[in-house]
Amino acid sequence: MMKNIFKTLLIFAFVGNILAQQTPASKQITAFSIEGATAHLGNGKIIENSLIMFADGKITFVGSAMTKIARMGTTIKAEGKHIYPGFIALDATLGLVEIDAVKASDDESEIGIMNPHVRSLIAYNAESKLVESMRPNGVLMAQITPKGGAISGTSSIVQLDAWNFEDASIKTDDAIHLNWPGSFTSGRWWLGEDPALKPNSEYPKNIDKINSFLTDAKHYNSVKSDIKHLPLAATKGLFDGSQKLYIHVNGQKEITDAINISKELGIKNLVIVRGEGAEKVTDLLISNNIPVILSRPHRNPNSEDDAYDDTYTIAKNLIEKGVLVGIGMEGQMDRMNTRNLPFYAGTFAAFGVEKEKAVQMITGDAAKILGIDAFAGTLEVGKDATLFISDGDALDMRTNQISDAYIQGRKISLETHQTTLWKRYSNKFKAE
Amino acid sequence: MKKLLFVLFFLSISLVKAQDYFPTNSGVKTTKSNLIAFINATIYVTPDLIIQNSTLLVKDGKVAEVGKSVKIPEGAKIIDLKDKTIYPSFIDLYSDFGIAKPKSTPSNSRTTQYEAEREGYYWNDHIRPETNPIEDFKFDDKKTKELLEAGFGTVNTHLQDGIIRGNGLLVALNPNTTNAYRILNIKSAQYLSFSKSVQSKQLYPSSKMGAMALLRQVYLDANWYAKGNMKNKDFALEVLNQNKNLVQIFETGDHLDAVRADKVGDEFGIQYTIVGSGDEFERINDIKKTNATFIIPIDFTSPYDVSNHLLAEQISLRDMRRWNQDPSNLLTLEKNKVTFALTTHKLKSLANFHKNLQKAIEYGFDKKAALASLTTIPAKIIGNSSLGNLNKGSFANFIITSGDVFDASSTIHENWVQGEQNIINDMNIKDITGDYMLAVNGKNYDFSITGKGAKQAGTIKLEDKKISSKFSFQNDWIEITLDDEGYTRLMGKIINAANVMEGSAFDTKGNKTSWSASKKVAKEEAKKKDEKSSDKEIVVMPVSFPNVGFGNYTQPKSESILIKNVTVWTSEDEGILENTDVLLKDGKIAKIGKNLSVKGIVEIDGTGKHLTAGIIDEHSHIATSAVNEGAHNSSAEVTIEDVVDPTDINIYRNISGGTTTAQILHGSANPIGGRSAIIKLKWGENAENMIYNNSPKFIKFALGENVKQSRSTNGTRFPQSRMGVEQVFVDYFTRAKEYETLKKSGQPFRKDIEMETLLEILNGERFISCHSYVQSEINMLIKVAEKFNFKINTFTHILEGYKVADKMAKHGVGGSTFSDWWAYKYEVIDAIPYNAAIMHNAGVTVAINSDDREVSRRLNQEAAKTVKYGGMSELEAWKMVTINPAKLLHIDDKVGSIKEGKEADVVLWNNHPMSIYAKVEKTIIEGKVFFDLKEDLEKREAIKEEKGKIINMMLKEKMGGAKTQVPVKREDRNFHCDTLEELKS
Repeated sequence: MMKNIFKTLLIFAFVGNILAQQTPASKQITAFSIEGATAHLGNGKIIENSLIMFADGKITFVGSAMTKIARMGTTIKAEGKHIYPGFIALDATLGLVEIDAVKASDDESEIGIMNPHVRSLIAYNAESKLVESMRPNGVLMAQITPKGGAISGTSSIVQLDAWNFEDASIKTDDAIHLNWPGSFTSGRWWLGEDPALKPNSEYPKNIDKINSFLTDAKHYNSVKSDIKHLPLAATKGLFDGSQKLYIHVNGQKEITDAINISKELGIKNLVIVRGEGAEKVTDLLISNNIPVILSRPHRNPNSEDDAYDDTYTIAKNLIEKGVLVGIGMEGQMDRMNTRNLPFYAGTFAAFGVEKEKAVQMITGDAAKILGIDAFAGTLEVGKDATLFISDGDALDMRTNQISDAYIQGRKISLETHQTTLWKRYSNKFKAE
Repeated sequence: MKKLLFVLFFLSISLVKAQDYFPTNSGVKTTKSNLIAFINATIYVTPDLIIQNSTLLVKDGKVAEVGKSVKIPEGAKIIDLKDKTIYPSFIDLYSDFGIAKPKSTPSNSRTTQYEAEREGYYWNDHIRPETNPIEDFKFDDKKTKELLEAGFGTVNTHLQDGIIRGNGLLVALNPNTTNAYRILNIKSAQYLSFSKSVQSKQLYPSSKMGAMALLRQVYLDANWYAKGNMKNKDFALEVLNQNKNLVQIFETGDHLDAVRADKVGDEFGIQYTIVGSGDEFERINDIKKTNATFIIPIDFTSPYDVSNHLLAEQISLRDMRRWNQDPSNLLTLEKNKVTFALTTHKLKSLANFHKNLQKAIEYGFDKKAALASLTTIPAKIIGNSSLGNLNKGSFANFIITSGDVFDASSTIHENWVQGEQNIINDMNIKDITGDYMLAVNGKNYDFSITGKGAKQAGTIKLEDKKISSKFSFQNDWIEITLDDEGYTRLMGKIINAANVMEGSAFDTKGNKTSWSASKKVAKEEAKKKDEKSSDKEIVVMPVSFPNVGFGNYTQPKSESILIKNVTVWTSEDEGILENTDVLLKDGKIAKIGKNLSVKGIVEIDGTGKHLTAGIIDEHSHIATSAVNEGAHNSSAEVTIEDVVDPTDINIYRNISGGTTTAQILHGSANPIGGRSAIIKLKWGENAENMIYNNSPKFIKFALGENVKQSRSTNGTRFPQSRMGVEQVFVDYFTRAKEYETLKKSGQPFRKDIEMETLLEILNGERFISCHSYVQSEINMLIKVAEKFNFKINTFTHILEGYKVADKMAKHGVGGSTFSDWWAYKYEVIDAIPYNAAIMHNAGVTVAINSDDREVSRRLNQEAAKTVKYGGMSELEAWKMVTINPAKLLHIDDKVGSIKEGKEADVVLWNNHPMSIYAKVEKTIIEGKVFFDLKEDLEKREAIKEEKGKIINMMLKEKMGGAKTQVPVKREDRNFHCDTLEELKS
């Protein structure tokens, strides 16, 4: 107990200025050398007693602390601690909604069915109180994803310490998000409809709509047109390979249809999101090199007869077969829960995924899925120095205690609206 | 098939008759002698008294004589019933015959209706004992025909609308007379249910527990009214009191409801007759314990169409089993000596009545019991001894059959009601069914006749190829037209007891030849029968508790268990004990020590493992059929204990995560909510056994956005602001005080369940767990409590508790909070995960709760978050999900820690219990292993196997031509504090 209080006091002391919270850190000027920690590289490998150095926002050295090399800039002794690449939240909506129940604070979906031209980035509130609350848990990057409609819009990838959406973005308009229709439908019991689950007679029609929109889009983007069609033009990247198509889909039949139709259209980069039933079509996924972003494991199994750990073991089942797997944030209260990303990975690890692989799911593999692995996701020389130091295993709630975090080499504040209140009221009672 | 014969249905010689004191203007007055003797029949006087070769003498609609040596008076019409059987006609006690259900009028108003619409009646529109359906009764000829065909002679009908629905009418299904004769009783029973009336939009009650509480208050008020204490007239209560001595028939939706209804009745000395639902076999012991007489429907679940495997995967084992097990329900009831009548209620088609009953008999249900359940038992329930039997003096309500009425091959020929004949299948029509060899035009055809009475039909085949043909017959004459390379017309006579037919035929060219058909030898028939019976091997899946996937076939037994060499998290001052042995005996923690050794008991090697007390969830909404009774701003009269649902799979999922006790709280729709149920998650037990013995009494209060209807589009109920919330409390407690003064004065007082509950709070006998968010409202409730001299027990959620932790500590209230929820609504904008730590440091007893069926299965992780946020020590963090919630729930003398003498509710983990990598290996409650990782794997396999079996059986049914239903996925309802359910009407 005393030790813990002492620890927290240390954190306070280190961070120092309470007012500094929320202010984005400025460009890295001095280099850092972190020495003695266990480095989780994010690619499945660990270096015990490591030395990690970074300058000008980039990692310059990754190796053993035993290496005889000059330490650059400020040296941080981190024996017994752990270093991780910044965790990356996929399919997140941070900064798009502040308070779920307050409509005025909600910017996550647009009306209309086909909205590829709608871009999440411009609505991204870099100063959201939710965004800053990610950082003390090691979540330092996120894919900000619009919701709603058939094609929800275009996502972008941000780092979570920024003044505005421009300096936040690390990859603008990375992907387009498509919600695949379900082949089954059931009535809404709360409206007194028959809850029987039946084949959805609209399914083929719904697929046709998507198919014909994308066919039009392909055609539009292959010829020169004098009249601009914003939605069709927005899909250009799908056909030239510069943008990925994230298909949010459940069910083995639906996944199969989604992949086949997209491939026929010549869409190069596909990602399956949600993916219930994906374990039944792994051959298709692997042969087409398609990753799966699983929903958060902290949800209930789909049906009464499912095993209690169904949502926990799915990651292991897919990874074992060779599928590239990430963790998405979709679900209830997704924004505030995004900071639990490390614990989702931990839960997958508790149920069969090898521990370093679980780390990889939210670092190296997440970056690979997003297509930002050239500069983010792992602790490798030349990549962004987006990383953090934790007192212990960052996938475990008890030891996910983050003392230092860096985004592109910038030492960021770990203060939040919540830590401010914590200190304000702790001090109030201490004083009394 | 062409029917030449009309079914002369209401073939009755008597005209509709008028009462004999009515004036006649249509001719001279005629008095008809109505004396008929049925001779040579087998007569079921009652299910127990069967007389062969006897006579039934009917006079003026009643049985005049019955027996072997009845003297037939002169002038009697004689009907010879050789080889025929007579049974009393059947009685259906749960019917809406002739009474149209009022249509609900869609309301355009967007405001919620809280008040009653009627004046002079009870304050709640769903209590309608004054309903007397005689005024709207219209004898239904069409329905009568169907019921007569099925063998029914009497129904007890009522208006199926409301919670108390008014009285029934006992009606003889006699189409040949007027209501003056056929209505046997205009006040035959009183009907009740848990469904609201469609005639009023009054919101209360919005839940089943509300309906139960309402019934209780109605009974109390009726008593108060009967004593003349009410200043006003209340026509509803007045009639309720008048109808007190009628049989009270309560319609329920499932076996849980049956037990619930019985519980309410028992509290007021009323034994309801319960209309069941056909699932009684799932909890037959509970059904038996009600001591109620039941009225049971036989609408068996039809098989699902499982040919699309993607769809089939969606059907739960629970629903699949219902199809398989439903037909065994009657046998189970019979075997357990439950007295019951049968009803046609719920049957989509009356044609299925006999089909389903035959199926139940195939499954072992006794025929004699079947007859009793349709005759003597319903007669006894309705208190009419002249129905349901053919004793002298009873109504001449009887059916004439070709044989055993429960045999598929038998035919009901006639159904006599009040001595009036109704022909169903003319008994003079010969039975010519069978397989014949038809010889005509030099060819031999296979000719088979199937069906009953006038509906007998023939098909013709030539070398297994079907030949197009038309067939008809009347009396002994038969006509066939067949199309085999041109039309041939056949006409002939049936001779020789239907074994041979012969006659003349005209071919396409009009040439006359002769034809004949002779019945094939019965050998084949016998063979066919054999095939059929071996075909129909009946496999009934065993019932588990609850009867769902992962249910238990036998409940775990309390055993002596010694857990050796384990790391023990005591949740006591002793902290963590390494390499320790724990002995569980007689459901208690018997001994904690080193090197314990007891011979001959189960030993578990705990090396490398951790043993903790079972997790306690202070705030849960699993295992309940209802959450909110939000129709009033106070619902202190309702209790979750009334609606605990032991079939909820979340109970099993929670024990798989180490949770063993939960407070099931009312929701947060209103400032004064309902009472809690504190349950042990003893998966497989019934509701009663799950609820704690001598459970501490709790009630939910709520503050903030939910109670002031912040997100409701039509919120109009007081309060709409935090200012109003305070006044609700002050008002109710003030009234409770006044109530107490009156009660203590010795003067008569109207017993009010709500006030009684509030009094318990004021007197420290009931504890409040109050849903709360922002500091001002927390502070307010503390002040209200202090003003009324009591203590708030727990603030639950309490997300801004950290801002007033000092005040909480001073008041002595505990805090039960989420680990890290926030930002989902405006009032949680300042919620911080450090809340638990700050409150703890200020001296508040703190628990971490779930309010969510998913969080409640991994509260160990949520406890671990307090280590991260605010630096709680691991020991203190662990207490927040064990001993602290036990303290807050006043059950810390029983559970919450590993201490000698406490109940053996323990969890064995494969790892540090707060590690993210921890997995539960065993969950033990009261010394019984309710969850075991290994058994869980076996159960998964068993589910797969059983589903496979049932799917095969269903496919067989479908291929065999059975009607199937589309797969239905069970709607998984995720209850939260703010879940507003709607009680159906």
